[in-house]
Amino acid sequence: MSSSASDHKRVLRRLGATVLGNPFVGVSLIFIVLITLLAVVVAQLPLPNPTEQSVLFRLKPPSAEHVLGTDRLGRDILSRILWGARLSLLVGVGVVALSATLGTLLGIVAGYFKGWPSELVLRLTDILLAFPPLILGMVTVTILGNNLLTVVLAISVGVVPRFARVARGTILAIRERDYVEAARALGASTPRIVVQHVLLNAVDPLIVLCTLLVPTAILTEALLSFLGLGITEPTPTWGNMINAGQLVLVEAPWLSTFPALAIVLTVLAFNLLGDANRDALDPAVRDVGAPVPSLDASVQPVKTRASSEPAAVPS
Amino acid sequence: MGRLGQVVPTTVGALVLVFLLMRVLPGDPAAAMLGTNATAQGVADLRAQLGLDKSIPEQFVEYVWGLARLDLGRSLALRAPVTSLLAQALGPTLLLTIGGTLVSVLIGVPLGILAAVKRGRWTDYLASTSALLGISVPVFVWGVLLLRAFSLQWPILPSAGAGSTPVEILKALILPSIATGFFQAGLVARITRSSMLSILANDYVRTAKAKGLGAPAVIGNHALRNALIPVITVIGLNLGTLLGGAVVAETVFTRPGLGRLILDAIAARDYPVIQGVMIVSVVFVVVLNLFVDMLYGAADPRVRA
Repeated sequence: MSSSASDHKRVLRRLGATVLGNPFVGVSLIFIVLITLLAVVVAQLPLPNPTEQSVLFRLKPPSAEHVLGTDRLGRDILSRILWGARLSLLVGVGVVALSATLGTLLGIVAGYFKGWPSELVLRLTDILLAFPPLILGMVTVTILGNNLLTVVLAISVGVVPRFARVARGTILAIRERDYVEAARALGASTPRIVVQHVLLNAVDPLIVLCTLLVPTAILTEALLSFLGLGITEPTPTWGNMINAGQLVLVEAPWLSTFPALAIVLTVLAFNLLGDANRDALDPAVRDVGAPVPSLDASVQPVKTRASSEPAAVPS
Repeated sequence: MGRLGQVVPTTVGALVLVFLLMRVLPGDPAAAMLGTNATAQGVADLRAQLGLDKSIPEQFVEYVWGLARLDLGRSLALRAPVTSLLAQALGPTLLLTIGGTLVSVLIGVPLGILAAVKRGRWTDYLASTSALLGISVPVFVWGVLLLRAFSLQWPILPSAGAGSTPVEILKALILPSIATGFFQAGLVARITRSSMLSILANDYVRTAKAKGLGAPAVIGNHALRNALIPVITVIGLNLGTLLGGAVVAETVFTRPGLGRLILDAIAARDYPVIQGVMIVSVVFVVVLNLFVDMLYGAADPRVRA
């Protein structure tokens, strides 16, 4: 256990060095903390109500009174962006929490246990992966109705199988390690091996995957609300704000520009942080631990076993 | 054959899931279609018309029989067979998906190679940052930006429709393809870079360099071909996402296609059409993945063995 504690210290040190060593990563971290704080305390901020309409202040460009301008109903854009941030981040965290829990459980079943349970999970994930995630999300929201919970569910339906596939790969690699074999030989019970030896060692790569999934979830939520299927007006979301701004793209570009900037900066910050996180935990530079997933393996479908293992092709 | 053995149960499973999604989840399609002013008799009539008054097993038999005859029912809003609506919509979407893939490969692969070859230098930094920016900007933001610049500010390309003559079709395809392709190009560039980097560290690359081969020959003949395998994987695995991107681009650019069809169907609660689009998109993803798997063989003869 002590070696594992020192491993974690080393990882933390490396993580710290990565954040401090790359100014962009540092700035990303500050940005994420800031936007999260603002989203949490937005109700207490001296900002106009995000749904309060005013005929007098329709389509006003940025000014001292309305820093980012107003929309077609005279609502304050800054206030709406910050309330939208609250929703986007809630969806991001909700999707990751749900997908990580379900995905890890499925990953353990498919990666640790052999035979029919593993086959069943693999078949089920194969089936879900055959659906384009956005279309699956669109239909799920249509059937279940659109509120925060159903949007989280709709996005997670597409994310869970991808998470499960990466978790499976990670757990599959760990289950063959000597220390797992030793624990088995010593007569440790299966739940104990799974939790103490397999899962604890899979935590690092799964955390990296979680960081990289937040931007995916935020982007998908924005897509759904842009299409008018996620959380709809008058509740502000970045996606539905851009959609509304599309009608006055030339006359009032600030309507779409600022929410678009909010999406891009937030997603970019999470991506940069996720990359830094992955680099810090990369087994190529780190001598112990489980394989670390990459963003490019996490955001897209891992279609079938045959195609999910390009490493099987000798290079 | 092994691959086909996987594809068939996956497709069958997905088609069963489509059936269940549309029938087992809470909510009555007939009531949703008719809205709040519907009478009980109206809902009952529509349920009978949709076949929803039958038992689930009976409905399933009808569904399978319909699939076997390529009869996916009739659209209630558009009063036309779903199959013919899908046939009309598939072409423009397929074109857009191909256009998006082309853009992503044409931008992503060279960017990734450049970043890998110039590793650690400012070129790498610039290329990697562009790739990261690519995957951080959603399709509709690219779409809105392109629309504003090239259709509204400088009206050189159409802002809506898919065109009818070959020149019009091509012109209408440019902006939506770029919008869908940019996001994908970021992913392709990142995977090309990491794949190239691992290939460039191989002994045979060092040997090729030691033989005195120039950089273009080493990269073109020795490294690139091997580095392309994971790139093809990523493109193949992302076809579903790309199709989703096409749906969004179709909305921004008011283009006909599967995206517009499903969105209109969702707005009208036209369940037979929603079901039809899901079936087509599943088949689309599965078939194209099979095609991508065959491409591996072309890129790397070892896979054929």
